[in-house]
Amino acid sequence: MLLIHCPYCEQDLPELEFAYAGEAHIARPADPSKLTDEEWRDFLFIRTNPRGVHFERWRHINGCARFFNAARETVSDRFLLTYKAGEPRPDVAKLTGVAQ
Amino acid sequence: MTSNRLPNRGRVDHGKPVRFTFDGKALQGLAGDTLASALLANGIHLMGRSFKYHRPRGVVSAGSDEPNALMGTRRGAGQFEPNTRATIQELRDGLEATSQNRWPGLGFDVGAVNDHLGSLFSAGFYYKTFMWPRAFWDRVYEPVIRGAAGLGVSPTESDADSYASRFAHTDVLIIGAGPAGLAAALAAGRSGAAVMLVDETAEPGGSLLSEPDVVIDGKPAWDWLAATLAELAALPNVTILTRTTAIGYYHQNMIGLAQRLTDHLDTVPAGAPRERMWKVRANQVVLTQGALEKPLVFDGNDRPGVMLAGAAQTYLNRYGVKVGDRPVIVTSHDSAWYTAFDLAEAGAKPVAIVDVRTDVAGALTDRAREHGIETLIGRTVTGTSGRLRVSSIRVNRVENGKATTPRDIACDTVLMCGGWTPCLHLFSHTKGSLAWDDELKAFLPGHRTEAVHIAGAGRGLWGIASVLADGAAAGTQAALDAGRDATEHAHTVEADRPGTGITVKELPTDRDPGKAKAFIDFQNDVTAKDIRLAVREGMRSIEHVKRYTTNGMATDQGKMSNINGLMIASDALGKAPPQVGLTTFRPPYTPTTFGTFAGYHKDATFELTRKTPIDPWAEAHGAAFEPVALWRRAWYFPKPGEDMHAAVRRECQATRASVGMFDASTLGKIEVAGPDAVTFMERMYTNPWAKLGVGRSRYGLLLGEDGFIRDDGVIGRLGPDLFHVTTTTGGAARVLNMMEDYLQTEWPDLQVWLTSTTEQWATVALQGPNARKLLEPFVEGLDITAEAFPHMAAAECTVAGFPARLFRVSFTGELGFEVNVPARHGLALWEKLWEAGQQYDVCAYGTETMHVLRAEKGYIVVGQDTDGTLTPADAGLTWAIGKKKPDFVGKRSLSRPDMVAPGRKQLVGLLTDDPTVVLQEGAQIVADPNQPKPMKMLGHVTSSYWSDAVGRSIAMAVITDGHAREGETLYIPMPHHILTAKVVKNTVFYDPENTRLSA
Repeated sequence: MLLIHCPYCEQDLPELEFAYAGEAHIARPADPSKLTDEEWRDFLFIRTNPRGVHFERWRHINGCARFFNAARETVSDRFLLTYKAGEPRPDVAKLTGVAQ
Repeated sequence: MTSNRLPNRGRVDHGKPVRFTFDGKALQGLAGDTLASALLANGIHLMGRSFKYHRPRGVVSAGSDEPNALMGTRRGAGQFEPNTRATIQELRDGLEATSQNRWPGLGFDVGAVNDHLGSLFSAGFYYKTFMWPRAFWDRVYEPVIRGAAGLGVSPTESDADSYASRFAHTDVLIIGAGPAGLAAALAAGRSGAAVMLVDETAEPGGSLLSEPDVVIDGKPAWDWLAATLAELAALPNVTILTRTTAIGYYHQNMIGLAQRLTDHLDTVPAGAPRERMWKVRANQVVLTQGALEKPLVFDGNDRPGVMLAGAAQTYLNRYGVKVGDRPVIVTSHDSAWYTAFDLAEAGAKPVAIVDVRTDVAGALTDRAREHGIETLIGRTVTGTSGRLRVSSIRVNRVENGKATTPRDIACDTVLMCGGWTPCLHLFSHTKGSLAWDDELKAFLPGHRTEAVHIAGAGRGLWGIASVLADGAAAGTQAALDAGRDATEHAHTVEADRPGTGITVKELPTDRDPGKAKAFIDFQNDVTAKDIRLAVREGMRSIEHVKRYTTNGMATDQGKMSNINGLMIASDALGKAPPQVGLTTFRPPYTPTTFGTFAGYHKDATFELTRKTPIDPWAEAHGAAFEPVALWRRAWYFPKPGEDMHAAVRRECQATRASVGMFDASTLGKIEVAGPDAVTFMERMYTNPWAKLGVGRSRYGLLLGEDGFIRDDGVIGRLGPDLFHVTTTTGGAARVLNMMEDYLQTEWPDLQVWLTSTTEQWATVALQGPNARKLLEPFVEGLDITAEAFPHMAAAECTVAGFPARLFRVSFTGELGFEVNVPARHGLALWEKLWEAGQQYDVCAYGTETMHVLRAEKGYIVVGQDTDGTLTPADAGLTWAIGKKKPDFVGKRSLSRPDMVAPGRKQLVGLLTDDPTVVLQEGAQIVADPNQPKPMKMLGHVTSSYWSDAVGRSIAMAVITDGHAREGETLYIPMPHHILTAKVVKNTVFYDPENTRLSA
């Protein structure tokens, strides 16, 4: 069971308190009607599914109930960083020391 | 029966006899015995039959790696356990043990015929033997295989015991309380760190319990052990758990511990849990699990009386049991020589020590000669004999790697040692890498992924002095890494037994190796020739060899067999062992009861049952209940002699004729409040909200961003910035989560607050032509006449003296109201309305009647009539979409090509040609009942009821292109006949003009 750092509660807490919420940094388009079918399809369904650092959303659902973002290494299943919703995507190279 | 107990020896209590039974026979052991040691003390080696060949088997080990001595144990009703390891189960008064895999008895077993048909049961026999004829599979092969399969007998009664669980946090968790673990605990404990030291056996000490002659810090081993435990017990920061197995090592140093609390007790205190699961989060973990002894692989190495030398030493020194009088020792490691010496000193007469190595330390051979034990160096073993107990062993000289001149040596036990495997199961759970040590012929811990320290025999060290020093160093480092100030201490050791050994493949033989039964995996009956056959038949990866032969796949997870299997596979493949690799170890380390995993989550506490404030009334009035999501809801209220059908007909008629009362408290309720509440609602729901007046409500439809229906419910506007949203009973949490998601992450600029109020309000629905008459006298501060309070009106007022939110709303097609009062007043409100309703013959109805009444009106239930692939158009709900709204969740998806293409499944009504036939919900629908199977299925029935109001059966269904099939006859094939029905696009079966609800 993972320990997850909630950036709002500023505590490391057990995974049981959290719910996964899909890939991060996929903003809903301001005006979906302007998107082509292909663009809308990509927004709905196409995800990166990387081997390596994955930016993803979590919700501290059994705690402060806030959504936040995390950078997780999918091979080791380690959290590299969690940060508040709305903050910019961190630089992978700075997180891992490896250019990707 | 001979007694093999040695007086004044071992840690058992010679003054405390304990009675037990084995296969019904009354026996006696001593307090401190395991079941296995007590049986051995009674001269019983034969403890079971093997899984596949039903060969007679004796106990092999003295620990949790035991593959053979698995038994059924029973304390009382609901307290039977199969496959209890006799080596772990402590003896208790009245213990009932039964042997397994034998019929009619352990001594004579019909299944042993398999042993003579061995060639049928070679590796992969499942894949080869039962191929043809095809028809035999169902009627012959599968029943026979299923009858013969399985280890032990499953319990037939539900588990009468209770189980516990607990979380713990510690600085340092030390797993294994042998010398290395004790030294680590001393080092870490003295630093002040919070320390947990766990051991899977009944008392700490590990190998010291089997090796009492070693002298540590000037004290005999057991005195040192007592002093060490006393020091640890005096440290308030140290916790020692015995009978506690670390079963799994998970992320970030979380360890699962299974603690056995009562299986060793003569009588169980009332209410005491049987086992407890600990979930421990440790800053640092120290693994001091020691090493597991390997058997040697030779023909007949599984006969009762053939066992591990280290186990014999444990039975002798820890339990005071001499496993045999005339043992022959067969070894590739120095350790077994000391077993021979200990046995000789205890009065046994070891016949010979056979060492497969060509070079053995002179000190050992000299000491053997002093004891009068013959030493046979550089030999091989090519067979044993004896039906239910070994009686002789065949030993050969080896010349140029070939076995030559054989010689039979009479004996009553064979004690074997094929070297020691560092126990790295838990380390492997962390995905830490293993590094092959070619000198030790063992895998050692490599790269670490966790804050873990491995010390002692678990990383290939041997001898008490070196493991004590290593444990002390690891404990010190762990304390330092946990932020404590620790200094390493040193131990002095005298009379140590350092030693070395080698690891070998199966021993050379002068007989046909194809006929040898040289076992690697005793539990799954895998032999050396099975491994070679698997390689010959093309298996290259060790993972394939494992699955083809089942080597290491038994409940012991290959603790004894993995390395022997690897040595033989690597020889057969002509590759070095690290190139062949090791199979993956997975939790749990040892078999663990389901009860321990379940903990408190059983029976009434398995899952939460949510009850409404009105539930006690329903129970008192004889309601039948049904679960809906986690709720317990009143299903129907049968009167004496009524079945569900009769009760529901009566409830439907009474509601449509006068008035019915329904507990709607389980409806999900979410309060949407704030200056931007209207904007938020506009974006979330398909419907328009901006122009909905305060005091009005509207049916709301919620889509996912993919355009499919997610939820629905009536939503009232109680203020310019306040909406009372209702959701489906099961959907409340999902809807709130979805709303929070959009609010927090897409539109954080909106000033909106969301609050779950499902359990704050109790909701009573009054439905029927007399609903207003019943309600009116209770309402204060509000005019509820038809003109002042029309259909879909909403208001705050007082009802029966309670503050209320009142909705004029109908899920029945009748004049209806839903009264929400604070939950604590729900029951009182219900009872007042019920009493007043008697003059109108008010009827309490349940969810089944609710379903019939709504289906008569064609109202859908999201999740029953929709399944996550229906759009508003598919469900006939385009009227609920705000056409002028520029955007809402899911809007863009509604114009995706697939969403508007023909061929979509659409919700329609179905009327059976025979009006008395009620279709089965879930029944499949086809266009042509005569088409060949498998038929093309057009859809299925989603809702189906008998309707008195309509005078016939009614149904809804989702059907491909359903909206274009008006009047079409379709077919519903059932097991013994085919039903026919006509499609109607309009699903409103009753009062299509809505005159009743507008009354």
